[in-house]
Amino acid sequence: MSLELYLDLISPPCRAVYIFAKMNNIHFDYFAVDLLHGEQHSKEFEAINILRKVPLLREGSFILAESVPILLYLTRKFSTSLYWYPPDIRIQARIDEYMAWQYEGMQIIMEKILWSKLLIPMITGQEVPQEKVDDVLKQAETNIQLFCDHFLKDKPFLVGNVISLADLMAAVELMQPSGADFDIFLGRPKLNEWLLRVEEIVGHRLFQEAHEKLLTIKNWDISILDPSVRKKILIMIEKVTK
Amino acid sequence: MGLELYLDLLSQPCRAVYLFAKANRIPFEMQNVELFRDFPLRQPQRTSGSTGLLFPSICIGEHMTDEFARVNSLKRLPAMKDGDFTLAESAAILHYLSQKYNTPAHWYPRDLQARARVEEYLYWHADSIRGTLGSVLWIQVLGPLIDIHVPKEKVDRNRAFITQLLQHLEQKFLQDKPFLTGDQISVADLMALEELMQTFYAGFDVFEGRPKLAAWRGRVEATFGEELWQETHEAIRKLCADPKSLKDIPLAMQEGMKLRLSKIP
Repeated sequence: MSLELYLDLISPPCRAVYIFAKMNNIHFDYFAVDLLHGEQHSKEFEAINILRKVPLLREGSFILAESVPILLYLTRKFSTSLYWYPPDIRIQARIDEYMAWQYEGMQIIMEKILWSKLLIPMITGQEVPQEKVDDVLKQAETNIQLFCDHFLKDKPFLVGNVISLADLMAAVELMQPSGADFDIFLGRPKLNEWLLRVEEIVGHRLFQEAHEKLLTIKNWDISILDPSVRKKILIMIEKVTK
Repeated sequence: MGLELYLDLLSQPCRAVYLFAKANRIPFEMQNVELFRDFPLRQPQRTSGSTGLLFPSICIGEHMTDEFARVNSLKRLPAMKDGDFTLAESAAILHYLSQKYNTPAHWYPRDLQARARVEEYLYWHADSIRGTLGSVLWIQVLGPLIDIHVPKEKVDRNRAFITQLLQHLEQKFLQDKPFLTGDQISVADLMALEELMQTFYAGFDVFEGRPKLAAWRGRVEATFGEELWQETHEAIRKLCADPKSLKDIPLAMQEGMKLRLSKIP
């Protein structure tokens, strides 16, 4: 029974799953779902996953959504190295704590930077008012500070001396603004060093490969934008410019 | 010093942690933190920025003080202190307690796929249910308390989101099973039901016209027993029955509340 992964590498949680599977030599059939072209709304995809979300894992009749559960499932099924999610309950708790916090605390705000600096202007042809962009960046600053003060602190990795699932998730999220050529690591040497450590363990080639779509999104041809996607984007724009 | 749980039972995830600990007879010292109580605020720059405003479910209040920050620098509820080990996030706390106190396996099934189902629910819950269902309390009870009336357009939108979420809850998760992820109750059911109960007490009966959900609710409640259930929900029930019992809300806190209300899409 083959393992199928439905991913769009524009999405940080998809990149986390992709990188993890590749690093651990987990063989999978890769199905690219193009979010910006509305492919998650296709009837075919909806038949597999009523939630229409990526990443998605399928193994025969077993279908699993949500990146963290997918990562945990892969660690257990393929008995990956223990450091990804060690048996120590306190370390697991620290990883769980980051994973619970990261959606609101990191993912959303990093996505907002990409959208307000690049995707909204690209799609609508209009710049986002500077005031709104500044608000987003200010919020990001606070969250990144919290990330450094509460989660990373002075440790080499988020939960100690060794990389874990939390680092992988955080790294791909913090890379999101890079799609808009916005380097959030600039002026943050400790954070930058942490990222370099993570990247080294992942392997530069794999890290670059996973981020290629993100880093070339600015070259995307918007004339082929799906109308249903445009509609969703307008809703997203409202949220970002709030 | 043993296990301390920092909770305000007005909060859905706090109730989930409380119920879990009580049902599993986990010994703990309850540290009652009051979300809306006036407490001298420190200089803003000494807190982690305006984190209270970034996490819309939290108001400025007692738990924003530096003392609480020593327990939990994320300044969120629920929080846990086990000796020198502090932890935030209900999902993390529940998981930690289940392992430390070796609770019955059904809370976090051992089977690979069954376990994945529970975790899938919990993450979907955090992304989708959390915040959306909680908004009803803000719209119907807390907003009016400080003379804020959320525009009808937003109220309607919130209702539409809730309807869709409840559909997903029934169709993707519950289906024809007794509990969300299988034959037995798990932490998924606990977290889910507390969000629905919040909405229910706030005046939107999400169980009406949804017999499957109502039956599931009954099963979850029966697991905890009436006495514990009533005790856990006393504070939220009282607040919703008599909102004015929350008296003299300080201006600073009202500002935090206004911000939370403004985040309703």
